[in-house]
Amino acid sequence: MSNLPIFDVAGSALRAQSVRLNTIASNLANADSVASTAEGAYKPLEPVFQARALNGDGSLTAVNVKEITQSGTPPIKRYEPGHPLADGEGYVYVPDVDPVAQMVNLISASRGYQAGVEMLNTAKELALATLTMGR
Amino acid sequence: MTNPISSYLGVHGAALPLREQRMQLLASNLSNADTPNYKAVDLEFQSVLEDAARNAASGAGRAERAPGSLDPAGRIFERPGVQPSLDGNTVDADTERAAYGRAALEYRASLSFLESKVRTMLTAITGQ
Repeated sequence: MSNLPIFDVAGSALRAQSVRLNTIASNLANADSVASTAEGAYKPLEPVFQARALNGDGSLTAVNVKEITQSGTPPIKRYEPGHPLADGEGYVYVPDVDPVAQMVNLISASRGYQAGVEMLNTAKELALATLTMGR
Repeated sequence: MTNPISSYLGVHGAALPLREQRMQLLASNLSNADTPNYKAVDLEFQSVLEDAARNAASGAGRAERAPGSLDPAGRIFERPGVQPSLDGNTVDADTERAAYGRAALEYRASLSFLESKVRTMLTAITGQ
């Protein structure tokens, strides 16, 4: 923990939200990735956030990415016999990525990231003003 | 023993670290706006500051405590959410942003009071 705890807290928010942005980017990028088996299909990722107390009295709580979970929803089985990756019965497997849900998540994550940057800026200005007090 | 400088600075010397602590709470809230089961917290600023003002006026209790540790523990309360979300999080990001901006402004106000005190003292010391 540093002398400027707001930086730690806001920094943890930036880190967490950027992990979230990364997983959303992966999910959207792989929305059309096909596989020849149900197990081999891409599984959409989702981070799980967790509050992490930085001091004893609970007045300072950063945010942690506890884990990145893989969605358990089964992939969509699509009949494409001409596809080079099609299995013996002519099916390919595509991940069940909901682009609308991902975009909504994306907006929420980018708002969260922006809030973190604003927090950092405000805290930085105040710390600078305090450091130059009496000058 | 009373520290002459801290009694000269009066309540403003105590208010500044308190305001910073409140900003830390609000920063925690904003950072955890998307964390499941996180409850928004806030500081009972009025009562903590009244204690600080009383201590500053009597000069007691200031010497043994490091500045900025006015012990707000126990004065931190969970703020009820306006619209609690399904994941148990009670942070309203807009409320928090507004509160954070306001807290930053209040910090600046305390800072400028303090700064004018410091300037006055410096003028008295240097005689210019």
